[in-house]
Amino acid sequence: MLKSLKLRAVLILVFLFVSVVYLLPNVIDLEGAWRKYLPSEKIHLGLDLKGGMHLLLALDTNRLMDNMLDRKFNQLKDGMIRDGIRFIALDKRADRIDVVIKAEQRDKLYNLLGRDLPDIKVIGSRTEGDNLSMSLAYSEKEAANLKDNAVHQALETIRNRIDQFGVSEPVIVQQGESNILVQLPGIKDPERALELIGKTAQLEFKLVDEENASRAETGPVPEGDERLMMKTRNRETGVTTTTPILLKKQTLLTGDMLTDARVRIGGEFRNEPYVALEFNSEGARIFDRITGENVGKRIAIILDNTVYSAPVVRERISGGKASITGGFTSDEAKDLAIVLRAGALPAPVNVIQNITIGPTLGQDSIRKGVQAAVLGGLLVIVFMIYYYRASGVVADMALFLNLIYLLGAFTALRATMTLPGIAGIILTIGMGVDTNVLIFERIREELRLGKTVRAAVDGGYSKAWVTIFDAHITTLITTFILFIFGTGPIKGFAVTLAIGIIINLFTAVFGSKTIFDWILAKYKPRSLSI
Amino acid sequence: MKFREITKKTHIDFIGFRNKMFILSAVLVGLGLFGFVMVALGKANLSVDFTGGTELQIRFSRPTSIGALRTALASGGIEDVQIQEVAGKNDFFLKTKLMNTAAEKVQERISAIISKALPDTGFQVLGSNMVGSSVGKTLKQHAIIAIVLSLLGIVIYIAWRFNFVFGVAATIATFHDVLALLGIFYLLHFEMNILFITALLTIAGYSLTDTVVVYDRIRENMAKMKSKTDFGRVINDSINEVLSRTLITSLTVLLVIAALLVLGGHVLFDFSFALFIGVMVGTYSSIFVASPLIYLWRTRS
Repeated sequence: MLKSLKLRAVLILVFLFVSVVYLLPNVIDLEGAWRKYLPSEKIHLGLDLKGGMHLLLALDTNRLMDNMLDRKFNQLKDGMIRDGIRFIALDKRADRIDVVIKAEQRDKLYNLLGRDLPDIKVIGSRTEGDNLSMSLAYSEKEAANLKDNAVHQALETIRNRIDQFGVSEPVIVQQGESNILVQLPGIKDPERALELIGKTAQLEFKLVDEENASRAETGPVPEGDERLMMKTRNRETGVTTTTPILLKKQTLLTGDMLTDARVRIGGEFRNEPYVALEFNSEGARIFDRITGENVGKRIAIILDNTVYSAPVVRERISGGKASITGGFTSDEAKDLAIVLRAGALPAPVNVIQNITIGPTLGQDSIRKGVQAAVLGGLLVIVFMIYYYRASGVVADMALFLNLIYLLGAFTALRATMTLPGIAGIILTIGMGVDTNVLIFERIREELRLGKTVRAAVDGGYSKAWVTIFDAHITTLITTFILFIFGTGPIKGFAVTLAIGIIINLFTAVFGSKTIFDWILAKYKPRSLSI
Repeated sequence: MKFREITKKTHIDFIGFRNKMFILSAVLVGLGLFGFVMVALGKANLSVDFTGGTELQIRFSRPTSIGALRTALASGGIEDVQIQEVAGKNDFFLKTKLMNTAAEKVQERISAIISKALPDTGFQVLGSNMVGSSVGKTLKQHAIIAIVLSLLGIVIYIAWRFNFVFGVAATIATFHDVLALLGIFYLLHFEMNILFITALLTIAGYSLTDTVVVYDRIRENMAKMKSKTDFGRVINDSINEVLSRTLITSLTVLLVIAALLVLGGHVLFDFSFALFIGVMVGTYSSIFVASPLIYLWRTRS
């Protein structure tokens, strides 16, 4: 410990000054030059205090692999037709593709696989007479790679959507293998945000099967068709109804080729918002071809397996422009444009955790926490003065220093304050005086032995030190583990408790000792009020 | 010199009535083990954090009764729901095992039912928490790992600072506290959530601090010990010497926790209650479990 009293006092005051500087922005708004040179960060509030939404999303990797395998299946089928490989059977299973060919065409198939589908592996083959049956699948490494890429792509897409939606200080990070954590502080309309983030936004164009239109409602789905639901909104009543519709299974065009999507108002239905789409050159070429080939037919515009509209193609459309109408409200149209611009998610996401905290709840929590802290603090301060008299005042001063340092350090470290964090501060008040209680009881013992005030104070501090150190370390071990394993709010609790413990070691030992030494040096008392 | 004291110089024979206290401790630990088994079987009052499900905090601007709310929800087909009223306000906590599916969101369904069945009550959702079952499982694992790891860390530290016997005794005492708290919470049917786990770990830390203070004094007095037969007296003296510190610290901590209990609001009530009970159990265990255990071990071997 430092010998010079002055030096110790200066150290304490410097820390106090720095803490107060860091705490200032919480109390007053700094302006002009002050803002430039002083820290201007306020204490970060967690979602439970600020209000907002905490989402844990799981990317549906089964669906992802299924989609990817689907593509490979189509590629393989096209390739085999092109190369003249006759398939006796070709089936897509849950996790593999089964193909049966004539054995003599084996090399041709291997060539095709090597050239067009290098990421696909033969996982089994069997010869039955002239026939060769083979099972194909993604290699494990390739599958892991695909999943990894998909999670990154999903993160990027969700970030884009949130940026365009406009939320300040969002948190979007990967958690675990295929989960994505999204935190949106202070969000006003959580339902809408959830809708925006969770939408896969897979845009597809498919032909309506007009020949079998009569079988749309019920009965078996014709070969090569699929039955989807079409949403229509009655423009007078605003009521949305869904009706089944039969579509050709083949996808003509997807949202991958979009370059832009914007909300427009007007058009066919006056003053109604719709989303105008713009394709890149390849998309424009395809759109030009499919509209040209299907004049007079209906093309369905499908988003996430729901048909939004199925307009009749009146003429070939060149220039790569299309639009989605569907009786949207302006918010719906705006959000739809955002998700289309930001791109589709590589696979659907499932919300596996959703914590939403309204702003009133957060303010309520802060108020209650602060009230409890003030009451708890007052009780302890009064008790310490009652029990240890003048020395109790010294302990209270150390406690006060402890609190200011704690909050200052908390702000400086940009830690996040949560409701359990506030509880941690309150607990620090109660446990913090323990150090001084330990020391004071020791000093009393020394005094009972008839030692002088000076010797009793020095003896009390040095003898209590070992105990204090051990006690602090054991508590630190538990807070450290809480920090590693805890989620958001619990982390806040662990951080406050840990900072509190470390600072307490400084204030309750170094701080209060300095005050004692100063009093003893100045007044040289013959008895101690303790 | 006169001091204000809550205990005068005491000479209580703590080691003397250790057996009576061991019975009490055994009951607490037994209760805790039973509670633990029930938690493992999923029969305890676990929060949605662990089981998966949906929790809603709702508010009405007009007085509404639990009964009316329950009837309203039942009419919408939601029977399996726990409803808790926040005293003095028209706030309610709803807890159900239902989880969001792709087709429907629990919160929306409940909101729709209540708005329809109880119109003009100024219904509003203050906060919600929907947890999928996979999240709950991971969390349960993490909670158990956290508790085991921190106990392990503690035993290593104490074994290093004191010796192995002290380390094991301190860990048993800490286990005792954690189990007692779990048992009491189970018995009172309080909800166990993440904050409860936090309270368990905090109490583990607190109780250990208390134990360390007593152990420290025992170690100090052992140096003055002349023969092995004195050991019981050394422990008694040590506990008596630190008794006032133990009581005062518990008192100051209980004071602030009491403030939290009264003013902290619904979210922190169970947490503060756990801390309150835990501090008392922790104080008890450092005197009546941790110290007699070393005595037993030392005198037997």
